[in-house]
Amino acid sequence: MIARILATAVTEAHIARRNRWVLIAVALMVVFSLVLSAAGSAPTGALGADRLSVVVASLTSLSVYLVPLVALLMSFDAVAGEVERGTLPLLLTYPVARWEVLAGKLLAHTAILIVAIVAGYGVAAAITIAADPAAVSGLGALWRLTWTSVLLGATFIGIGYALSSLARRVSGAAGLAIGLWLGLVVLYDLGLLAAVVADDGGFFTTDVFPAALLANPADAFRLFNLTASQATAAASGVGGAAATIPLWQSLLSILIWPLVSLALAALAFRKVEP
Amino acid sequence: MTSTLTISHLTKAFGGVKALSDVSLAVEPGERVALLGHNGAGKSTLMKVILGLIAPDGGEISVCGAAPGKARSKVAYLPENAAFHSALTGLEQITYYMRLRGEAASGAMELLDRVGLGHAAKRRIGTYSKGMRQRVGLAQALIGHPRLLVLDEPTSGLDPVSRRDFYELLDGLAADGASILLSSHALTEVEARTDRLLILSGGRMVAEGSLPELRREAALPVSMQITALNGYDTDIMAALPDAIRLNGGLHLSCTQEDKLATLARISAMQEKVADLEVIPPSLEDIYSHFSRRDGQ
Repeated sequence: MIARILATAVTEAHIARRNRWVLIAVALMVVFSLVLSAAGSAPTGALGADRLSVVVASLTSLSVYLVPLVALLMSFDAVAGEVERGTLPLLLTYPVARWEVLAGKLLAHTAILIVAIVAGYGVAAAITIAADPAAVSGLGALWRLTWTSVLLGATFIGIGYALSSLARRVSGAAGLAIGLWLGLVVLYDLGLLAAVVADDGGFFTTDVFPAALLANPADAFRLFNLTASQATAAASGVGGAAATIPLWQSLLSILIWPLVSLALAALAFRKVEP
Repeated sequence: MTSTLTISHLTKAFGGVKALSDVSLAVEPGERVALLGHNGAGKSTLMKVILGLIAPDGGEISVCGAAPGKARSKVAYLPENAAFHSALTGLEQITYYMRLRGEAASGAMELLDRVGLGHAAKRRIGTYSKGMRQRVGLAQALIGHPRLLVLDEPTSGLDPVSRRDFYELLDGLAADGASILLSSHALTEVEARTDRLLILSGGRMVAEGSLPELRREAALPVSMQITALNGYDTDIMAALPDAIRLNGGLHLSCTQEDKLATLARISAMQEKVADLEVIPPSLEDIYSHFSRRDGQ
């Protein structure tokens, strides 16, 4: 079982390397992190936090958009691509379980994501600490951001696999992935904010809004990182209402989402008839 | 010894259209069986059911003593138009498949050499010709020691020399006791290289047996082409009322039983005949006979 998963992961890693996905993912993360750490190092004194914590707050806002995007870009082709190339029937006649195939792909794609995340955050941290050695006190926040980013990425990789299985065509899967990214990462928050403004402190703001934030893996990720580093006031666009959500709840959402999305992916893949 | 593959009364429909109806067959260890049929006759569907890729609607199937898809380590498959990821090299692809079958990946290079791809092993499959991709497909079907090989048009895209090499590989596998079920459109090579033919038409098994058996069963007429000496063609026409003029010669058809009697009558007129050609029904004729008889 382990041997088959590893064999699949190695093969997927070869493919991702040849298709330049590794390069694209790393370059995206590094470039955006560089831009943010350069821009984020200006307003330090006013906030009373160390420089790195401020950079982490900016990186959190960046990662909410970028990590799901990179994860979906790598995963949308996983099943639909095999179906469209005609490689799936042969693969499924091999003595390998479908979940083992997905696990192998997940391993490779998550590893690439980790490399990209570590490279991006690492560059930002190195620049910040080089400019201000006192910023090392923010390393805890950076570490928290790193592992939650990996979990967020794994969640969206799983969602990408599920969409890929449902679409069965690469073009369809790509469309679904972009649509989902827009919906969960961009429009979801806009919708919530509009509803909160319209509700003006009523039942929606107090009861539905926190639950809606926790239900979205991207919002839970942002909430957790900003609450944990007490930087909510500094960088969160979601606002004060979110501050009332206890830390353990957003942590739970971050931990459960990868399992849910991977279960969905396995379920959707099982329904694919080659 | 029990059969490697047994199918009885198999049925499969796609949205009300019957792809396979009441198909029964058995393949013994060491037997090479060819599956023939026009496009859409149900050959690929039958193969996918055997492999456990699609579930049948009815009937019983036993593959290496287990349900389809449950004995995957003993079954090898070569899909029609074998496709692989174009970004991988031949070596990486075969290494992957060997690991999935639990074989030592060190044998990958040897396997590629066996199908004549050793020189291209480290190039991307995207740069391969169709024949080379087909050989990657063959190589992966040889991994391990499969008891049953299901090959969907294995020789399409191969040149004549590669085809011969391929059938020699198959002979070796069959001699070791592997069962082979292959589909093909190249009737002449199937004739020489397999033990038994199965003809599918419209999802039904319309004929089964060795070529001589099928030839007898079809009872197709024998054609004769007679070239008359100058001026004698009318005489011959008078003696053989069934003959017709065709392409400057005389053409005659008769049943297998009448063949010798007809030949005797022609040889009785040998001073008027310049040449005689006897054309037995070709494999194509027999094949069309069976695949048209039902459902078409």
